[in-house]
Amino acid sequence: MAVITDAICSLCGSLCDDITVTVEDNVITDVERACILGRNKFVGMFLHDRIESPMIRKNGELVDVSYEEAIDEAAKILVNSKRTLSYGWCSTSCEAISKAIQLAEETGSLIDSTANVCHGPSALAVQEKGGPSATLGVVKNRADVMIFWGCNPAHAHPRHMRRYSSFSKGFFTQKGRKDRKMIVIDVRKTDTAKIADQYVEIDQGSDYLLVTALRSAINGHEDVIPDTVAGVSKEDILKLANTLKEAKFTCVFYGMGVTQSRSKYKNGDGVSSLISDLNQHSKAVMIGMRGHYNVTGYGQVSTWETGYPMAVDFTRGAPYYNPGETGANDVLTRGDVDAAIISAADAGAHFPQDSLKYLAKIPVIQIDPYANPTTELSDVVFPAAVVGVEAEGTAYRMDGISLRMKKLIDTKFKTDEEIVVDLINKVRELKRGA
Amino acid sequence: MSELLIKNAVVCDPINNINCVKMDISIKDGKIVESVSSGAKVIDAGGKLTMAGGVDGHTHCAGKINVGRFMSPHDMRMTNVPGLSGKEAPTATTRAQVGYNTPNAFAIGYRYAKLGYTTIGEAAIPIIGARHTHEEFEAIPILDKFGLTLFGSNWQVMEYIRDDEPEKLAAYVAWGLKASRGYGIKIVNPGGGEAWGWGKNVSGLDDPVPNFDVTPAQIITALAETNEKLNLPHSIHLHCNNLGKPGNYETTIASMKLLENLKTSRDRQAMHVTHVQFNAYAGTSWRDFESGAPQVANYVNSADHLTFDLGQVIFGPAMTMTADGPVEYANSRMLHAKWSNMDVELEDASGVVPITYSPKMFVNAVQWAIGLELALLVDDPWKVMFTTDSPNGGSFVNYPEAYTYLMSAKRRTEVIEGLPEMALGRMNLPGIDRELDLYELAIMTRAMQSKIYSMDTKGHLGVGADADIAIYDLKPDSIDTTVEYAAVKKAFSSTAYTIKGGEVVVKDGEIAMTPEGRTYWVNAKVPQANTDAMQVDLAQKFKRYYTVNQANYMVEDAYLPHPVEITTEAL
Repeated sequence: MAVITDAICSLCGSLCDDITVTVEDNVITDVERACILGRNKFVGMFLHDRIESPMIRKNGELVDVSYEEAIDEAAKILVNSKRTLSYGWCSTSCEAISKAIQLAEETGSLIDSTANVCHGPSALAVQEKGGPSATLGVVKNRADVMIFWGCNPAHAHPRHMRRYSSFSKGFFTQKGRKDRKMIVIDVRKTDTAKIADQYVEIDQGSDYLLVTALRSAINGHEDVIPDTVAGVSKEDILKLANTLKEAKFTCVFYGMGVTQSRSKYKNGDGVSSLISDLNQHSKAVMIGMRGHYNVTGYGQVSTWETGYPMAVDFTRGAPYYNPGETGANDVLTRGDVDAAIISAADAGAHFPQDSLKYLAKIPVIQIDPYANPTTELSDVVFPAAVVGVEAEGTAYRMDGISLRMKKLIDTKFKTDEEIVVDLINKVRELKRGA
Repeated sequence: MSELLIKNAVVCDPINNINCVKMDISIKDGKIVESVSSGAKVIDAGGKLTMAGGVDGHTHCAGKINVGRFMSPHDMRMTNVPGLSGKEAPTATTRAQVGYNTPNAFAIGYRYAKLGYTTIGEAAIPIIGARHTHEEFEAIPILDKFGLTLFGSNWQVMEYIRDDEPEKLAAYVAWGLKASRGYGIKIVNPGGGEAWGWGKNVSGLDDPVPNFDVTPAQIITALAETNEKLNLPHSIHLHCNNLGKPGNYETTIASMKLLENLKTSRDRQAMHVTHVQFNAYAGTSWRDFESGAPQVANYVNSADHLTFDLGQVIFGPAMTMTADGPVEYANSRMLHAKWSNMDVELEDASGVVPITYSPKMFVNAVQWAIGLELALLVDDPWKVMFTTDSPNGGSFVNYPEAYTYLMSAKRRTEVIEGLPEMALGRMNLPGIDRELDLYELAIMTRAMQSKIYSMDTKGHLGVGADADIAIYDLKPDSIDTTVEYAAVKKAFSSTAYTIKGGEVVVKDGEIAMTPEGRTYWVNAKVPQANTDAMQVDLAQKFKRYYTVNQANYMVEDAYLPHPVEITTEAL
């Protein structure tokens, strides 16, 4: 029996690094300190069926094949494709992401991450107005006001509030929750809202209106604010603005309620502008509540390797970036790719129907430890090691801090990185032959 | 055993007092040697200018630059400097390239190599973010790298200074260098990063840091003493308080004076003051703003304990990025520009804001002049490192353009003619006729770096040096660099050969191969008892205040596949 301390939980963007894992006979039998989501990842992985063998769809059925045959078939798809969509790469290591980008570059593909259906608009907001942020420890040590806007950490990031935000205790926040005012802005009273000091319920899709009203109040233009904005009374808006102005340190945590609701990236743009305005009066920062444990890492690696955080099109050789045109769902709904490789994310479960209908028509390569809805659309399937459990590597927390994930147990499966490297080599071989 | 012989090189190598002398250079296994066998591969330099590979001792190439990239997709397609900017498709040898001020990691390696640079130093590594810095280092091909670790607003540092615990302070700094795999002590706006945690700043050397009861002056002095106690290869590397503010030259000189009597552990400066252009402003506001370069240069000429770099401004778009968080916020409000910020728990702050330096703007025009004035008014080139603080003053790909400003009064006059009348009265440049020669340029771009970083295998071409060599398509005996500045710029923009570790990495301006570079870091040894005592305090920091466990904090060996570990013994 081995007990591994300081293990990193590779489930959500909180990337908790204080997990103790007990391993017996190469099986994780106990996990300490992980939340229910993390626990299910560590212990639960032995309860689910893995994809056991590489598979190729023959006569409509996925049948087991050798690894070499699958690599051969996948490489042929990539070489014969005019433009492949490479998608996902967010529940894997930065090392694998780097290789995936190299494969995309060498095959003239378009590569995008799960941000396409998540925090992609946040990146656009940063490109519009910048991202005034901080590491989570700054919030832990200083924040006396925190807003959770369009996010629900009680369910999506269960240990966030204990480790980093509402309930954490820090240098200037020795009393923890008592030292902080917690505000939730959402369209429904979530479990996070239930434990807040103040819940501001807004009309669906009206985030931009509220942020604009708050900015007006903070910048001394109360007169332009109507009696009610976004379903919130002017009086409440002025009170909220005052709370923010008088805070010592405010952090706005924002989720997909901000990024994927009406006005999309303009909401993030508005929040960024609000933060800039607030800094005229006090200190304020914003942090996106990232979902997949390494979606932040994808953005980082893609940015230093291609110049852009997502939606990078190598069709013309040099990287081309134009979200709205080169996002994963942009090309799928337009029918503008003729093959796809999907890894470390589940398009099948999360993409709109039109995209899935198109995916069903084109050859799809999947790399994943588990069968999921994407598998049903796939023509070549590679089983992979669970990165962060069966393979080590780098991941980025939601605040941009990178950590090294440990290998906790042995595995017979290849890692995402190894599979992609084999694909790169096979593609090169086929191209030389051609 | 690979051997290479460079024949007919006109060598400019100030460390070895060689001023454009025709000679041969022998290379074996990546090092410069006395001689090679007759079987050595031969390169005929044909009388071309040959220098050691350039060393950029202060550039932003890994870490924060990624924030700059992230927020500026517009930068990726900028082609301001043909051949060294914008988008390029991948080739059999090279990865795809993008960008100008914030190029992707691959382009940084290729483009520095084309300029004849073979070693670069990242100017600021937050310890907790160091893993990221090293990931980007590894993505930069060809070049050797090193980075300076931020200590100037660090809680543990400030507490040890306040509590007068110099031994623990030294143990902590040694540990921090190891944790970040850093090369030296960087201090940015001492205390200002902590004040920015509350949206505030410190106003000068004696303004106490909120809640920590230490002053910036104490931080500078204590870290400088620690630096010498640890016998580090570099001195403290100081970004002064009050950066970017009219009148700040007084703070700069006062900061320099703090260490006049510091006894150094090595034969090098007691302090390096960085991007002084941004800290040599006179006047009391932007209305009466003028150059403070003469005052700073006068002091530097009278002192022998310091070196500095320029932070030269290049007209056009740039991207400011610094651990000086309050400066970046102020920039964004003044310029109405987008603003990214990253406060770093227990350690420091940072920010990134795009800027455009316009020759039509009087302030920008004066800034441009100040950098050049500093270089030209300081008599001893060994005190001056050439930088643009890339990409703060402008992208490094503009270095060749900037060389012409330093080498040709004629070229300067051309630029000055286009500047607003108002600016001319606020600068001294039109009255300066000094023109640097190739020897002085070599000092400012590679030789002085060898000394200030104690890198005895870099920045020169003597026996035992790394075979990092730049051969420029320029014949020193048949060019007047004061007049033929276009030819100078062209030659320095793309080498005939760049040789890195004995391998030809650039030939005729094209990347020939892309070996992986090495990463230098300093392992400073201190008595174990001091480390043990320090660890008791540090353990509390991790238990109570950090959000990363100590076990996961230090950069692992996996992130430095090609390390060069410099070990020092505490004095």
